[in-house]
Amino acid sequence: MAYGYYPGCSAHGTAKEYDISTRKVCVKLGIQLEDVADWNCCGASPAHATSEELSLALPLRNLALAEKQGLNSIMTTCSACYNRLKVAHETVKESPETLNRINDIVGEPYNKTLKVTHFVNFLFEEVGLEKLKEKVVKPLENVKAACYYGCLLTRPPELVTIDADPENPTIMDGIVEALGAEAPDWSHKTECCGASLALSRTDIVVRLSGEILKAARFADADCIVVACPLCYANLDMRQSQIASRHGVDYSLPILFISELMGIALGVNYDELGIDKHMVSAANMLKEKGLM
Amino acid sequence: MIYQLNANVRNFGETISELSGVDISTCYQCGKCTAGCPVVMEMSHTPNQIMRLIQLGLKDEVLSSPTPWLCASCETCTTRCPKEVDIAKIMDTLRILALKEGYKRKEPNVVAFNKIFLDSIKNNGRLQETKLAIVFNLKTLQFFKDMMLGQKLFKKGKISFSNDSIKGTDAVKAIFERSKGFLNKGER
Repeated sequence: MAYGYYPGCSAHGTAKEYDISTRKVCVKLGIQLEDVADWNCCGASPAHATSEELSLALPLRNLALAEKQGLNSIMTTCSACYNRLKVAHETVKESPETLNRINDIVGEPYNKTLKVTHFVNFLFEEVGLEKLKEKVVKPLENVKAACYYGCLLTRPPELVTIDADPENPTIMDGIVEALGAEAPDWSHKTECCGASLALSRTDIVVRLSGEILKAARFADADCIVVACPLCYANLDMRQSQIASRHGVDYSLPILFISELMGIALGVNYDELGIDKHMVSAANMLKEKGLM
Repeated sequence: MIYQLNANVRNFGETISELSGVDISTCYQCGKCTAGCPVVMEMSHTPNQIMRLIQLGLKDEVLSSPTPWLCASCETCTTRCPKEVDIAKIMDTLRILALKEGYKRKEPNVVAFNKIFLDSIKNNGRLQETKLAIVFNLKTLQFFKDMMLGQKLFKKGKISFSNDSIKGTDAVKAIFERSKGFLNKGER
C-alpha cells in the first residue's frame, strides 16, 4: 500500500535535500511513496492572514486530489504544510457547513477520508521505533543531536500533535535515539525561529534563530535536527548573519531528520544532498566517524 | 494613556468575536500570551493589551496597531491561554479587518510579502521561492538584500528561475476568486 506524499514548495527549492533524503530513506524502510499529482501550495501564513476561506480551500484541493487518486493517507515533511493540511482536515470534519462551503470553492469534493500526517509522526506511528532500530546499520554513536520541533508540528496541540506534552515534545528525540545518537534535553525545542517573517523582518528572524543556536550550543549539541524547511532555512541559511550580529560564529550544522536517518540506515552521503547546506556538516560527520 | 470610551464600546468586541468565532470576553488579563510571545519585544501593544483594547471597543487603536502584522503565527499564545482564547486566530481576524477597512499599516513589508506570496500561488499554483525573494526585494526597494546569500544558494543549486507551475492553475485561480475574507461570511 502506497502512502500519499505531499512534498510542498520548498522541496523544489531551498529544502531540496529534505525531499531527496526522505525518498531515499523511505526506500530503505520499504515504504512506497506516491506523490499527490498536481498538488498546489498550502497557502502557508499569507493565506490565513488574508482570508479564512482561502486558507482552508488551498489545502483542501490537495486533500481532494489525494482522495481521488485512491490514497488513504497524505504525509508531508514540512511542518507548515502539515499544519495547514491538518487544520483544514480537522476544521471541515468538525463542521459540515464549512465542508460544503469550502467544497464549493474548491470545485472538487473532499470526503474527509484521509489520514493527514507529518513525516515525524509517520515514522513514530507507522514505522515504529523498534523497526527503525532494526534497520540501523551505522549507529550514530557519540552524536549529540538537539531535536528542534519549532511551532507548527506541535501547535495547536489538540489538532496537530501526537506528543503527550506539547511543551516538551519527545517523539523526534525517540527517533534520534533509535538511530543511536543522543538527544539532549534543551531549552529551545519549541521556541519560534521567526518563521514567515524570514524575508519581511529578517532582523527578528536573526535574533530568534540566534537564541536557538545559542541554546543548542549551551546543551553541547553537535548539530540541530529539524523537520521543517522553514526552520531549516532560518537556522542554516541565516547563520552567517547571526554570526555578524551576535559576534559568535556557531557553525552549528542543521540536519533534516531524514538526512540523519539516511546516514544511520546506510545511504551514501553523496545521495542525501547534505552538501547543499550553508553550514557544512562534513567536519562533524568525519569527526564522529560517519563519513 | 487615557482612552475615551463611547456608547458603541461593546460593538467592536462583538464584531471580532463573531468574525473569528472566538469569545474575547473571557480574557482576564493574566498575561500568559504576552509572556510566551517570541516577538513581543517589537510590539507597541502586547498581545494581552490588544485583547483588552478589543474588549473596550477601541477599534482604531487596535486596527492601526502593528502588533497583528508582527505576530509570527507561532500559536504559543493560543496553546497556553488558560481561558482557551485563540489569540492567534484573533490576530488573523485583525489583519483581515485592517486590510478590508483600509487602515494604515505600520509593517508594510509584511503586507507586501503576503501579497507577493499569494500572487505567486494564484498564477502558478505553487510558490517559487527565488521569484518571491527577487520581487519582494524590488517592491520594497531593498535591491541588495540577501545578495550574498543568494550567490551562495546559487552555487548549491537552490536558485531556480524555471516555472514550477501545475496543470491545475485555473482551478487554483478559481479558488482565489471564490474565496472571501471573514467579512463576507454572513453574506452567503
